[in-house]
Amino acid sequence: MTERHVPHFQEELEQLKARLLEMGGLAEDRLRLAVSGLVDRDVSTIERVLGGDTAINQLHIEIDDRCFKLLALHQPMAVDLRAIVSAVKINTDLERVGDLAVNIAEAVRRYMQHPPVKELIDIPRMAVIAQDMLRDALDAYVRRDTFLAQNVLDRDDELDALKTLVFRELLNHMLRDPGTIEPSLDLILISRHLERIGDHATNVAEDVIFMVSAKDVRHHAEQQH
Amino acid sequence: MAVTLRPPVPAGAPREEVTTQPVEATPVKIDVEQLNFYYGPKRALTDITIAMRTNVVTAFIGPSGCGKSTFLRTLNRMNDIIPGSRVTGKVQIDGEDIYGGKTDIVTLRRRVGMVFQKSNPFPKSIYDNVAYGLRINGMANGRRDMDARVEASLTSAALWDEVKDRLHDSALALSGGQQQRLCIARALAIQPEVLLMDEPASALDPIATQRIEELIYVLKRDYTIVIVTHNMQQAARVSDHTAFFWLGKLVEFGPTDKIFTNPSEKLTEDYVTGRFG
Repeated sequence: MTERHVPHFQEELEQLKARLLEMGGLAEDRLRLAVSGLVDRDVSTIERVLGGDTAINQLHIEIDDRCFKLLALHQPMAVDLRAIVSAVKINTDLERVGDLAVNIAEAVRRYMQHPPVKELIDIPRMAVIAQDMLRDALDAYVRRDTFLAQNVLDRDDELDALKTLVFRELLNHMLRDPGTIEPSLDLILISRHLERIGDHATNVAEDVIFMVSAKDVRHHAEQQH
Repeated sequence: MAVTLRPPVPAGAPREEVTTQPVEATPVKIDVEQLNFYYGPKRALTDITIAMRTNVVTAFIGPSGCGKSTFLRTLNRMNDIIPGSRVTGKVQIDGEDIYGGKTDIVTLRRRVGMVFQKSNPFPKSIYDNVAYGLRINGMANGRRDMDARVEASLTSAALWDEVKDRLHDSALALSGGQQQRLCIARALAIQPEVLLMDEPASALDPIATQRIEELIYVLKRDYTIVIVTHNMQQAARVSDHTAFFWLGKLVEFGPTDKIFTNPSEKLTEDYVTGRFG
């Protein structure tokens, strides 16, 4: 042990961070596949997403276990405590993103049994925003960048607005042609899942802000003070 | 002793065995079987059976007077000097029973080094403190070899950088934390296989404590370490395996993460959660 020695607790925190990023990468990947399966109407891509998210599920458990042991064995304080508590929450959000990617793939599989209702414009746009939000939230986590995290929070409204737009447009389709009800409902579900992914990215960004600056920005908490 | 404690077993039922979790498979270094220790007529340790493994840090925890220090001292026969004390059972190190009659006690203590609660450097220079054991054991071949061994020991104890320019100053001029690391260097100099540590950081400030804890973590690559601590958090931080003692008995022994997150015994849980005393 010299002055340059990194205490082993810090090493374990770095390992935790690396595992969480791996988890984030897997979740992003699955979201990307589910969306490209929809845009390209590619059954094999969708089947890959539906083929199981064993890796994500295993990491979900492993990361929780790491956090649990770090809390129990090292009694972390201040920024270390916030980092571990945030990791537990981010872990849950990422696992949910993985689940939502599966939900999207299921809806796409059903949707593909019908002729296309319309050309897809806003849903791919939502997918791009959701993916960007997720990627930036993870980047903000890695770089401890609250500015980028805040930027993620700001984009959520755009996603919500697009979801409403998609809903209204498809409602019109369904009223005009009841034959499109089933595939339209699946598209509405997909837009809803994408909007939820944005919410999870938002949660991650909020956790990053909490971890770095100890500020709780959830539910506009900063405006209440 | 706490009055709120429940006994570890139903009243009247003899405790047959402790709850022992499977541990990682490095070779057993110290194998203790059915050890009992008496201070005169008083039995201080009852039927202790436990295996401590190579390159693993084993921590002993428990309330004051539970026997953890007494037990540690049986592992290199430090209790022999206490008049009226008596040991039954076996303590095998690498398969050899150290109470078996064939053991040379000087050799034993060279193999099983010890660091105490209060740092106890000799009133000599830093250099001579480390060189002392090497000299009396005839372990160095000339001045250069001695210098190299002293440097290696001080480096292992994470003290070299702080003292290399004042090796011939008195050891007593060092801070408490440095003195404790010097004692560790002195213990390491004669190349022990096992390092026993009895509350090695309890007299130190938090920063010095952290350095000792980090040192323990590094040293386990080369040594088998057994540490007694009344600081549960310290046991959690530094050890791989933890043994919980209560009233001279081993209540539970297992991987440290298990002991501190999900102990099998109610008594252990009460102790690690502070519902004790």
